[in-house]
Amino acid sequence: MESVVFLALAMLSAPLFSAIILKVKAFFGGKKGPPLLINYYTLVKLFQKGSVYSTSTTFIFKLGPMVSLCSAVTVLMFLPIAGQTPVFSFTGDVIFLLYLMGLGRFFTIAAAMDTASPFEGMGAAREAYFPIICEATLFMILILLYTITGELRLAAFFSGDQPYAIWQTAGAPLLFVVVSLFIILLTENSRVPVDDPATHLELTMIHEVMVLDHSGPDLAFIELGSFFKLFFYSALISRLIFPFDMGHPIVNGGMFAITLCAVYIAAGITESVMARYRMDKVPKFVLTSFALAFFATVITLEFL
Amino acid sequence: MKTDFLEIENGRKLARDEIPHLGFDEFRHQALDIVKDGGKVIHYFAYPEGGDMKLMAVLRTDRLLAAGCDAPEAYPSFTAECEPFHIFEREIAEQFGIRPEGHPWLKAVRYHANYRGKPDVFGNDYAEDIPGNYEYYAVESEEIHEVAVGPVHAGVIEPGHFRFNCIGERVLHLEIQLGYQHRAVENLLLNADARRLPIIAESIAGDTSVGNSLCYSQAVEALSSVAPDKGAQVIRTIALELERIANHVGDLGALSGDVAFLPPANYCGRMRGDFLNMSLLLCGNRFGKGLVRPGGVCFSLADEVRNILDERIKEIKPQVRHVAELLFSTPSVLSRFEDCGAVSLSDAEKLGLVGPAARACGMPYDARRCFPTEHYKRLDIPEYALPSGDVYARAKVRGDEVMQSINIIQSLINGPVETDCVNGKIPALEPSSFVVTVNEAWRGELSHCVLTDAEGGILRYKVKDPSFHNWNGLAMSLRDTGISDFPLNNKSFNLSYCGFDL
Repeated sequence: MESVVFLALAMLSAPLFSAIILKVKAFFGGKKGPPLLINYYTLVKLFQKGSVYSTSTTFIFKLGPMVSLCSAVTVLMFLPIAGQTPVFSFTGDVIFLLYLMGLGRFFTIAAAMDTASPFEGMGAAREAYFPIICEATLFMILILLYTITGELRLAAFFSGDQPYAIWQTAGAPLLFVVVSLFIILLTENSRVPVDDPATHLELTMIHEVMVLDHSGPDLAFIELGSFFKLFFYSALISRLIFPFDMGHPIVNGGMFAITLCAVYIAAGITESVMARYRMDKVPKFVLTSFALAFFATVITLEFL
Repeated sequence: MKTDFLEIENGRKLARDEIPHLGFDEFRHQALDIVKDGGKVIHYFAYPEGGDMKLMAVLRTDRLLAAGCDAPEAYPSFTAECEPFHIFEREIAEQFGIRPEGHPWLKAVRYHANYRGKPDVFGNDYAEDIPGNYEYYAVESEEIHEVAVGPVHAGVIEPGHFRFNCIGERVLHLEIQLGYQHRAVENLLLNADARRLPIIAESIAGDTSVGNSLCYSQAVEALSSVAPDKGAQVIRTIALELERIANHVGDLGALSGDVAFLPPANYCGRMRGDFLNMSLLLCGNRFGKGLVRPGGVCFSLADEVRNILDERIKEIKPQVRHVAELLFSTPSVLSRFEDCGAVSLSDAEKLGLVGPAARACGMPYDARRCFPTEHYKRLDIPEYALPSGDVYARAKVRGDEVMQSINIIQSLINGPVETDCVNGKIPALEPSSFVVTVNEAWRGELSHCVLTDAEGGILRYKVKDPSFHNWNGLAMSLRDTGISDFPLNNKSFNLSYCGFDL
């Protein structure tokens, strides 16, 4: 029951957290920025609109947003939000989740290719390339966590005070994991310095360009899916930053929300204080996350 | 080197029969010699007189040189021997149907039928859309993909079509197609009522309104022997520098925005507004429209206004400096700017680049220093160029020019400026005369050339925007550059569509 409540809360609040990034960026830019509820307004606006479909697209184009949203929601169901037991959990669910997100991405890419626009093809090529490196990193982290806990469930890594136990075993190398997870968060969610969610220049876009042709509710699905995805990665990091179980779900929830804010603010600050990388430098940046995770694993395995 | 080309002065009227009228072969030979020897083309155009066509060339070395000749219907292309003529020959072919034989890239410039009703040189049917009877350059291979951008763009900018031949992310070739904004400005200037001319001149390119009205007014002043007083010259100089600052600052912000570095992007956007508002203070228009008129300026610089201007500049100067320092000292920004879209000096020479884009390639030419008009004669504009030719150099040149221009304005407003305002009356032009005016607008060398007929009417009004030279520089900068760096390069040049399309 509590799990379902937390899931509902997470889904409701995900757009709010995303707005924190906008506020931080506005602060650094010397602006007031949009209201914190901006994402809700946008979603309501989009849901009230109709969709426009190009005559050259097929059902794949309509399927893309739905599949990507569904995969994001399903992933959240396996997430131990605020350290609570997740709604679903089974041995090996981590691998299932990785590929579920892969499925969502596949359909986004397929929908983009379906439009036959040269921009979207370019964006799709970039979107297909960078997450491959992320996947390698995630598996490296998985190997580390599996070695420590002996389990292959997300809940076994991140629920209750499990993260604390992992910190005690792995120690400092886990800091590497936190950093590499943060890099993955930036990459997977098309944030600066990998991508620029605010740009209007199609030629430089990665993720944004693939959703250019979607409109109305379809676009709302995509936006919602991306809020959930960002929430998922931020939740993992905040569980590692604040690995304790305070004993009461509400206190846990409160602490979780605060650390979550910290992660979003960190993302906002990163976006504000640096420029984007040149496209050919991005893989190097993402590979850094792999190198860090690899080091963490090697060090931990060596001294276990 | 001995040449029959006549040495002329910027903004100085000549009787048309003073300009050497050479035989075509002599003209061709000498023009090629001058340009091959390091000279540059300012104007090369055709004009009708009586029933005949004539050619006129205005070249620059460290001086301005002019000569003309009778135009043949077809002639061996200059471009085949000397690249800087290439776009001028295309323009002549398009405007008057005079064919340059052996031109390596004979393509329409603005896509319109020629003015003489001659058979079209390009074989276009102008009822069709741009580019008509023209096949874009294409690289053929399985791995090559073509990306077409525009003419309708995301964002509120002017129309232009960009065609990239890419292998993966790397651009092999970019072809730029313009002409979507062609309004036949040069013909409009011929036929319009004299009182409308300053308005039309100001509107040739909205972001260069001071530059264009200055070129126009100087031409009219020369042709009617009216001279602006000293105060008017100071005010014109201030207005031109304000235009330069506002545009450069805006573009520095946009460059920063393109690499997703927000703080300078936002601050520059605001400061651009502040500088535009200084133009507003000066003349009631943020783009300086209605300020410069033949004979002087329409708005004086009262001490009260001068003090406000001085205060505002004192306040904003450190802000500009700080933002520029932030932009040019942030490593992630530098890693995007440096080595991105470099144009070599030899390419820049061949393309005849002008303005900040050329100074970023190591060509120090600045019309304010080389052919000074207005108050620039009494100013010391330092010789300045950066060698690298990349986005960093283009941004840095513009950043440094902003500070330089601010200093110029400050030096001009520290004492009273007195002028008698003009009432906008357009003086009559002297017949059978010729004048060329050259000014350094914010994009570079902007020039108008006016020929009058025997009755004192305008026979030919030739406008050359710096973008006329520089668009090919942009195409060149994209060679072997990532396609995702196109917006950055584009912004570092920030060329004019309407100034080119006329």
